[in-house]
Order: sequence, then C-alpha cells, then structure tokens
Amino acid sequence: MTSVAEKAGEGQVGSAPARPPGAARRAAGWSRRAPLLPALVFMIIVTQLPFVVTLVISFMDWNAYYPDERGFAGFDNFRRVFTDVNMRDAVATTILLTVGVVLISLILGLGIALLLDRKFRGRGAVRTMMIAPFLVVPVAAALLWKHALYNPEYGLFNGALTWIWGVFGSDNPPQPDWISTMPLWAIIFSLVWQWTPFMMLILLAGLQSRPLDVVEAARIDGAGTWQIFRSMTLPHLRRYLELGALLGSIYVVQTFDAVFTITSGGLGTANLPYTIYQIFYQAHDYGRASAAAVVVVIATIIIATFALRTVSSLFREDSGR
Amino acid sequence: MSTLTPTAPRRRDRGGPWLSLLAWVVGILFVLPVLWMVLTSFHSEADAATNPPAVLAPLTLEGYREFFSGAASPWPPLLNSLTASILSTALVLLLAFPAAYALSIKPVRKWTDVLFFFLSTKMLPVVAGLLPLYLFAQYAGLLDNIWLLIVFYTSMNLPIAVWMMHSFLSEVPVEMLEAASMDGASLARTLRSVIAPVVLPGLAATALICFIFSWNELLFARVLTATVAETSPVFLTSFVTSQGLFLAQLCAAAFVVSLPVLVAGFAAQDKLVQGLSLGSVK
Repeated sequence: MTSVAEKAGEGQVGSAPARPPGAARRAAGWSRRAPLLPALVFMIIVTQLPFVVTLVISFMDWNAYYPDERGFAGFDNFRRVFTDVNMRDAVATTILLTVGVVLISLILGLGIALLLDRKFRGRGAVRTMMIAPFLVVPVAAALLWKHALYNPEYGLFNGALTWIWGVFGSDNPPQPDWISTMPLWAIIFSLVWQWTPFMMLILLAGLQSRPLDVVEAARIDGAGTWQIFRSMTLPHLRRYLELGALLGSIYVVQTFDAVFTITSGGLGTANLPYTIYQIFYQAHDYGRASAAAVVVVIATIIIATFALRTVSSLFREDSGR
Repeated sequence: MSTLTPTAPRRRDRGGPWLSLLAWVVGILFVLPVLWMVLTSFHSEADAATNPPAVLAPLTLEGYREFFSGAASPWPPLLNSLTASILSTALVLLLAFPAAYALSIKPVRKWTDVLFFFLSTKMLPVVAGLLPLYLFAQYAGLLDNIWLLIVFYTSMNLPIAVWMMHSFLSEVPVEMLEAASMDGASLARTLRSVIAPVVLPGLAATALICFIFSWNELLFARVLTATVAETSPVFLTSFVTSQGLFLAQLCAAAFVVSLPVLVAGFAAQDKLVQGLSLGSVK
C-alpha cells in the first residue's frame, strides 16, 4: 500500500516549505506533528495492537473449552484453515456477496441517479424516498426483510402474489419460500436495497458537478444522448463510481448483520466475518479463529492494494499545499 | 449544499413524462419496505399476519404498547446506544479535528502516508481484532461495560472522520489563512473566524455519520456486552428469539430503533451525501 501512497505524495515534495535551520526546525516540526499524535497513538493501540495479539494467538493451540492444552501450535491452525471446506466456502460466499451487492447497487444507483438528475415534479420527494433504506438500522432492516417481506406465509412478497393472482381470479398463486430456495440471493437483495441509495447519492452528486456548458456545446454540435453519456458523462463519473465501489466494498465485505439475522449463516450463506464469529463465539477455538482472521487480513491487504492502485485517481487531484 | 439544487437547464426530453413516472415508481419501490414496516407496526397482530395483506386494517398502538411494556424493557438498551453513540462521536471529533488540522492546514511531511494509514485501518476486517479485545475485556473485567464499546466505536469511526475532516479543512482558502497570519491572528482567533465558518457544516456531517455507524453496530456489541451494556441492535436480535414472532411488535421495535437515525438522516440529507463521499464530492 505504501507504494501507492508514495505515488500520491509525490506532488508534495516540490512544494515543501523552506525550512528554518536546526533546533527551531525541530520544534516547528513537533508543533506540526503534535496535533496528529493523539489520534495516531489511539488508532495504533486500539487497532494495530489487537491485530498483533491475533497474530500471536494464531500460532497457538488455544480452545477455551480446554484451557490446559494451551501451547505453541506452529502452522497447525493455518493448515486447518486452508484445508477446511467451510472456510473455502466462506471465501467464495464473501466474494460473491461483495461483488454481487456492490455491482448491482452501483448499476442500479447509476440508473436512478440519471433519472433524478432531471428536473421533474417531486424530485426532492423521490430523493427522500430513495434515501430511506440507507437510514434503517441494518439489523432492523434484516429482520424486516426476513419476517415482514420474505416470510412464506404472511410476508409482503407472497401476500402481493396472492393479491395479484386474486385480481385475475386465481386462488392458486405461487408462494415460494424465498429464503430457503435462494438464501444467498435473499441476503444480496436486502443488501442491494440498503446500498443502492448510497451509490445513488454519490453518483447524483457527481452528475451534478458536471460542467454543463460542455454538454450543451456537444448537444448543439449534434451529439446524441447516448454519445454524450458514453464520452462525457461516464468519464466524468469515473471517480465517483470508483469511490462508491471502494467504500461499498469496505463495508459490504464485513457484512455480519444480514447473514446473522436472515439465515444465521445456514444454507451456504456464511461469509468470512460470520464464520470467524462462529469459530470464536461458538466453537471457542481461539487459535483457529485467529488464524482465519489473519488469513482474511492478508487477503484484504492484497485486494485493497490492487483496489487502491486502480482508484488512485481519487487522490491524484488531492494534492497538498 | 449547492450541488444538489437543480442546475441542469431545461432541455427537450421526449421521454420526459415517462422518465419522471419511472423515477417515482422506483422511489416508491425503494421506500415501500419502510412504509410497510411502519404500517404493520400500527396493525394488530392478527391483521399483521394475513395473506393477502390487510392494508386497510384499523390502526392501533398495541404493538408499541407491548414493545415498551414487555418483560425486557427496551429503555436501557436505547439509552446504552445513545450513550455509546454520543460519547464515541464526541471522542472521535476531539481526536480527529487536530489530526486533520495537522494533515491539511499545516501538513506534516509525508501527510499522504499518514492519511493512507488511517484509511488502511478501516480495511482491516473488524473481526481481526475481536478476539484480543474480548480477551482483554475479560482480563480487565470490562465485559458488558459500555466504556469498552465507546473506545471501540471511536476507533471504528476515527479513520473516516480524519478523512472527512481533512477534505473539509482543505477547502479553507489558503489566502485567508495567510492573511490571518499576516495580521498576527492567534491560533484561537484563526480557528474561530477563518476555519470554523468553512468547516462547521463538515463537522456536523462527520458527527452525523459517526453517530449512525455507532448506533448501527452489532457484531462487537453482541460479543462484548450482555445484559447491562446491551445496545439496541443487540436487543432487537434477542427480542425476536425470546418473544417468538409477533410481527406488529417486531415492526414497532425495528421502527423505534431506527427512528433516531431516520430523523437525523432526513433532516441532514445533503450533509450526509457530502460526508459519506468523504468530502471528495463537492
């Protein structure tokens, strides 16, 4: 990750202020650094230190049910993590869940942002309606989807099917059991519902920061709507699409509430956070849980480094003073 | 915020009315589950669990009455959530503002590296720190203690806050800062009359987002708290398992727990957008 950071910081070197000599310089340096220290020290203690402990425990035999058997385990935990079918499934589930939710909500969000970028009666009202899903507490949203919408007996979806079939005079509507027939999609849908507004908001702000005179000029020159979208709007939105994908991924990868609530990780929906929670909270296998966590962290760092490289355009314009 | 006021000049859209209709339909589809939750919460249990749905059933406060008078009172968890969210937000702002100041107004050398460090902590999956924090809490006797959650929520939101504050502070015009230092203005005075006017809306956005994320958090609250420091999301999950399923009551509970965030979010929509996009959307 450092290499990206360095690249982003390059513009800074030339503009560094002229430095006063010796002790005065050091004092000035410290007065600049001092305000940064509390936050930095706090973050290191609360996030980095625990990770070091996790790293240590990952090499230990430590199950809370057998406290006497604590000891050094070498790479045993890691071997178990990599050979564990559940763990591999969890990796696949995590990827599918994250990519699915982020992609679908980005595309939907883009479409809706384009719809809302036009002037029409009640635009503010529609925007307010769109934001609502993002403001429902995630656990509450998951419970709502599970019980009030997906429930096969009295959920809104099957209720609506009954009603529509009734309108056409049929008393034999399909009544699928959504969660057990498509468990992962049930979770993905509920998350897409929560995240589309977020993507929409970012993209809408992006659309509205477009230089309109250029678009107007292109229109006068006879460019079609699609042409303008392809060659002007989309390139302009690139930063915003990347930002949405980055932030969305950071949060969706860590999804716990929806998995915990809607399926309790059953039916092949256990993602990594849920699996680690289970190893730790139910199996009390501290060593293995830590090894799994370490693997997740390493994977995340690799993915994040790639992601940051591609989205580094976000920071290029962000040069310092 | 100016970016969200309509700026596009009227153009000749042929599909105009249809696209507007489509926008309305999509908006209604997205808000429908929320409306359904609110409507169901005002129905009796019998009317809530019907198929097809009893949309026009008489309204009642039964669900809310049952929720608030249940065996397990929702007040302590709600107060815990409020305490944890407000105090951690205050702590975040207290730590983030000076840090962001050091990264943008008078940047330290290698400030981008520091900024990246903050963001990278956000990429560490939180589960990676779960066990050590749990063990620490156990040894220190801090399990089921709201202060531990406050410290954790602070660390959870601090990186985002530093990023947001940094981009808001970068909007303070350099000329104004130079003018202030030329006039020999003190730090306090510069902060009050040059920086504050530009940054206060951003500060509000940051606070709102930190509040929302803390209020919503489930994983750590579930692992680190039990009965005393239980927060509302944890209460919600245990509520369902201990009560069996009462749909109207569940919807009332979900609505009550979401209400603070809904109210704050609707009131500050524009700030929310600006904040969520880490201020890079201006």
